[in-house]
Amino acid sequence: MRLIKLWIAAIMLVGSSIAGAADGVAILNAQCSDCHNLTGPAPATLQELWSRKGPDLFYAGNKYKAAWLEAWLQKPVRIRPAGMFFADHVKPGADGDEIDAATLTAHPALFAPESNAVTAALMALKGNPDLITGGAYTQGNLSLSSGEMLFDKFKGCLACHEIEPGYGGLSGPEVFTAAQRLQEDWLVSFLRNPHAWDPMVFMPNKHLNDADIRKIIDYFRLLSEEVAQ
Amino acid sequence: MKIIKVIVTELCVASLLLVWSMEAPAVEKAADNYRTYCTQCHGLQGNGKGINVRDMSVQPRDHSDAQEMSARSDDDIFKVIKEGGVAINKSVLMPPWGDVLSDEEIHGLVAHLREMCQCSYGK
Ligand code: HEC
Ligand code: HEC
Ligand code: HEC
Repeated sequence: MRLIKLWIAAIMLVGSSIAGAADGVAILNAQCSDCHNLTGPAPATLQELWSRKGPDLFYAGNKYKAAWLEAWLQKPVRIRPAGMFFADHVKPGADGDEIDAATLTAHPALFAPESNAVTAALMALKGNPDLITGGAYTQGNLSLSSGEMLFDKFKGCLACHEIEPGYGGLSGPEVFTAAQRLQEDWLVSFLRNPHAWDPMVFMPNKHLNDADIRKIIDYFRLLSEEVAQ
Repeated sequence: MKIIKVIVTELCVASLLLVWSMEAPAVEKAADNYRTYCTQCHGLQGNGKGINVRDMSVQPRDHSDAQEMSARSDDDIFKVIKEGGVAINKSVLMPPWGDVLSDEEIHGLVAHLREMCQCSYGK
């Protein structure tokens, strides 16, 4: 009797994990596709850019680290201080424009089994494969501060990105968590040409060379380690 | 027969137009480009006080300031939008937008800025 019970439990476990992968797709379609583009292409006009409610996920498997996805989906915290499109979440204040926090909403959260299934489904979305070169990033042993100089000073990236909570620009995503969130080979490709991924995005192409790109990615790693401490 | 021919050619022309309009990147309105690409630093009202300025070492230009804006020629303004601040010996914090905006759109922005400052080069 005991054995049979165990046997049934084992079958149910296997069954639910198989169902899990399928459920991930079902959850994405049912609960996420209103705000996230799961099929592409990226916005090609300003109208489409403005009406985008969440980041494009049709190349999620080429962009995000699975471990981060799985954890974040259970406990989502803000990444873009001024939301998807800053102009929708900013109001003029006495000392200049300020973020209108009342217009920003919390991201829906998933329980662990759903998050696991959705992560698997997201990692299978491999849009824009031609833009990715596997192994494009090799970890540098250069002084990490040269990436810092590039990001903060010489390339003007700090103007739109926070390098620690409360310091930096607000219209783009924070970069002190970028190394935890983003695959290095995606970063190489995006930093070389952001508009190949997102033609209308309000980030400029600063024509970084390969050495600069590597130093900046090394800098992101340093920032993540600092924030984790 | 003639009517059918006319309809067929009309259909051809219409589909050609459709293909053409789908392939040509849209020319966006200057005010819309300004809102999307410029107000994050120059402010929703163009006063130089966008949400990004808090920690910027050089502050963005107040585009409503006629005195400052009349000191620049249209050619310089075109150049600074297309190639960024460094192209006219200004701060790297003013980004280059030539990869997102066409020359036509940048000319539109120059005209838009002239409306915002109610000024022209030298006056
Ligand atoms: C109401 C709209 C909305 C819904 C519904 C929604 N999201 Fe999001 N999602 C957003 C927004 C907005 C962001 C950006 C959050 C930020 O930057 O702080 C986001 C961010 C994300 C990110 C991080 C991507 C990145 O590049 O930063 C992932 C992954 C994600 N969502 C997955 C999901 C999944 C999976 C679901 C369904 C279970 C879902 N979202 C449902 C609006 C939504
Ligand atoms: C004018 C503002 C602006 C400037 C300047 C800028 N960025 Fe960005 N950046 C953005 C925006 C907007 C996004 C995309 C937002 C989104 O995905 O919703 C972005 C995205 C990114 C991402 C991906 C982040 C993520 O979480 O998905 C990285 C990495 C990045 N930028 C690095 C840089 C670097 C390096 C520089 C300097 C060479 C730079 N940025 C300059 C606005 C800017
Ligand atoms: C990342 C922030 C940022 C963004 C985005 C930005 N600017 Fe600027 N801009 C600046 C800064 C900073 C200066 C001041 C440079 C200086 O004084 O050295 C400036 C200066 C200028 C000037 C004056 C140059 C001069 O000294 O005569 C013009 C014109 C200008 N910007 C137009 C634009 C337009 C048009 C856009 C949008 C397409 C735009 N800017 C987007 C930061 C920005």
